[in-house]
Amino acid sequence: MKEETLKLKAVEAKSFRQFDLKKKFRISESVIQALLFLAGILSVFTTIAIVYELGKEALLFFTNPDVTLFKFLGTTKWQPGIGQYGIWALVSATLLTSVIAMLISIPLGLASAIYLSEYASYRMRSILKPILEILAGIPTVVYGYFALLFVTPILKTFFGDYIQVYNMLSAGLVMGIMILPLISSMSEDALSAVPRALREGAYAMGATKLETSIQIVLPAALSGIGAAVIIGVSRAVGETMIVAVASGSGPNFSFNPLEAAETMTGHIARISGGDLSYNSIDYTSLFAIALMLFLVTLVLNLISQWVVNRFREQYE
Amino acid sequence: MSSHRDNYPEGAAFYSVLRNRYRKAAIWQFLFLSALLIAIIALTALIYNVVDGAFGYIAYEYKAAPTQFTATPVSELTKEELLVILKENLSSGAYNKLDKETPMEKRSQADLLSLFLERLVRIDTKDTWSMTDSLLRGAEIRAEVAEKYPDAILELRSWITPQFLVTPMSSRAEFAGVRTAILGSLWLVGIALLFALPVGTGAAVYLQEYAPRNWLTKTIQTNINNLAGVPSIVYGMLGLALFVRVLEPFTSGSMFGVTDSNGRTVLAAGLTMGILVLPLIIINAQEAIKAVPESLRQAAFGVGATRWQTIWHHVLPNALPGILTGTILALSRALGETAPLIVVGASTFISLDPDGPFSKFTALPIQIYQWTTRAQSEFHAIAAGAILVLLALLLTLNATAILLRNRFQRRW
Repeated sequence: MKEETLKLKAVEAKSFRQFDLKKKFRISESVIQALLFLAGILSVFTTIAIVYELGKEALLFFTNPDVTLFKFLGTTKWQPGIGQYGIWALVSATLLTSVIAMLISIPLGLASAIYLSEYASYRMRSILKPILEILAGIPTVVYGYFALLFVTPILKTFFGDYIQVYNMLSAGLVMGIMILPLISSMSEDALSAVPRALREGAYAMGATKLETSIQIVLPAALSGIGAAVIIGVSRAVGETMIVAVASGSGPNFSFNPLEAAETMTGHIARISGGDLSYNSIDYTSLFAIALMLFLVTLVLNLISQWVVNRFREQYE
Repeated sequence: MSSHRDNYPEGAAFYSVLRNRYRKAAIWQFLFLSALLIAIIALTALIYNVVDGAFGYIAYEYKAAPTQFTATPVSELTKEELLVILKENLSSGAYNKLDKETPMEKRSQADLLSLFLERLVRIDTKDTWSMTDSLLRGAEIRAEVAEKYPDAILELRSWITPQFLVTPMSSRAEFAGVRTAILGSLWLVGIALLFALPVGTGAAVYLQEYAPRNWLTKTIQTNINNLAGVPSIVYGMLGLALFVRVLEPFTSGSMFGVTDSNGRTVLAAGLTMGILVLPLIIINAQEAIKAVPESLRQAAFGVGATRWQTIWHHVLPNALPGILTGTILALSRALGETAPLIVVGASTFISLDPDGPFSKFTALPIQIYQWTTRAQSEFHAIAAGAILVLLALLLTLNATAILLRNRFQRRW
């Protein structure tokens, strides 16, 4: 009798434990979660590795007694091998090609975004959008081929002997075409997100489609468009192959688009493609340039995210 | 647009203002559309430019007349005849070297023929013309060649042939192929995939399913978005410093007993590519996981599944098509990426197939870059051929992604 009661109590206790609703610790679950966390945190390590590795070599460059801040920022000749460290020789070409690219891609990208979002019928969109997507998917080295062997000869017929075989104009123009789809699709997303009621309101006031698009929809989508433009600039600054193929080799401090000049990215590609001994000033200088590129694009990307969050118009 | 407070036109004036506004609207609509037309024209011009370069007339001379070696016309030479000719006329050293690469008896007739032309007859290309020129100015070109190079043979040639796909690199454009480059690209993409797919999916699962809402998660997310915007050449520099230099014992294979290589291997480049596409894969996988409805998870939890069981049996299978689509798109990005490969140190001239993760390599975009920047027009022609190969590969990949999306996409 006694024994049975005890047994019963034991069973009760056990079944009570079975229905314990507290979360049970499972070792395999924890291991998996830890592994997944590692995968997630790896991206942070990538950034740290970029900053560390680039920074380490760049520091070697800047602590070289021959390199002074004045030489780096105050002169316009870049040839580390013989003691010339004027970064402007490379920055000027990066600036000029990017400006040309943006002059092409901002108006064209924005106009095509407005057309796709405000004017095009469903059928039109389904034809036009894939074309932009193809344009976005073409490898940049192919754009380089196009710039050197198609655009440059055409420019030659306009400018004749004034234009060099390698020139910044052709590289910039083609870069603009390359960035067009990016700006177009990001701006179109921003325009499409503007609620229909705003357009209806404008129409009710008697506005034409153009007036609605430009004066109502565009301002409402401005933060997204601004972000698109900033991302576009960051792409242009970091673009390598088009300028490596079409804009020429050899640093040249010049703002004449018809001349050949090497951008920061083009310089890295050319020098690192050759035989390069570790720890030489040529080697460390490349990391200094790469670090500058990384920081510029990082700041641009952060600004773009900030613009979207800060200036986004909220609609219910 | 001219709606000033003191300017309310009435009657005829009103209609004239209205007409102006409509005219303005129509003009601008046309301008908006023409931006898209410019994009279409640019795309057409680009494709035309590549196709135009890949076909056309070539004028060449033989340095040694084929009749020196055989009485049979070149076009009728059989495999057996070619074997005899090559054996007789090549130095035994050169013959044995070729035999070692691929036994001569096992080579195809076309292969032997190009060896014959390359090594013995030695073609000397005088000039090449684009497709358009060849079609429109055929007579002119023929006259020009007859005058300038009386001994030259003029031929209409397609620079992209089956032979072009299977021949390794050569220093002569006429005999060069993209075999080494295609294999190199496949190795690269394969290694990038092996690294980035599991890690990227894992990271996406963590961020969507596990991560608490705190500053760390926010940092990781912002960081991933930023990494997606870092220029590819910066990844190349990271690869150079990290994989080629610091991890050289691993990437060169000296850790595993491989002796004859440095860190500039296909493994180092593949890992660099993996790091480069990782943010894209994570972002796409996150979208795919986000699209799996919450009710599915609730139901799994409801019948007592653990979190990982829920993810493994319900979330991932439903997100898989989306994850794969994103992965394919990321890989097509890796396939076309050139700058990081240059920095990491792709070999520009290499005729041996990559035979393992520790071999030297070249890749399709690297060859395109190399050939485009050469001065001779015949190299531009094979660059166009290689571009067509690359574009065909990309098209296949993207078509697969679209098919996958349409076939398996579920609407909830």
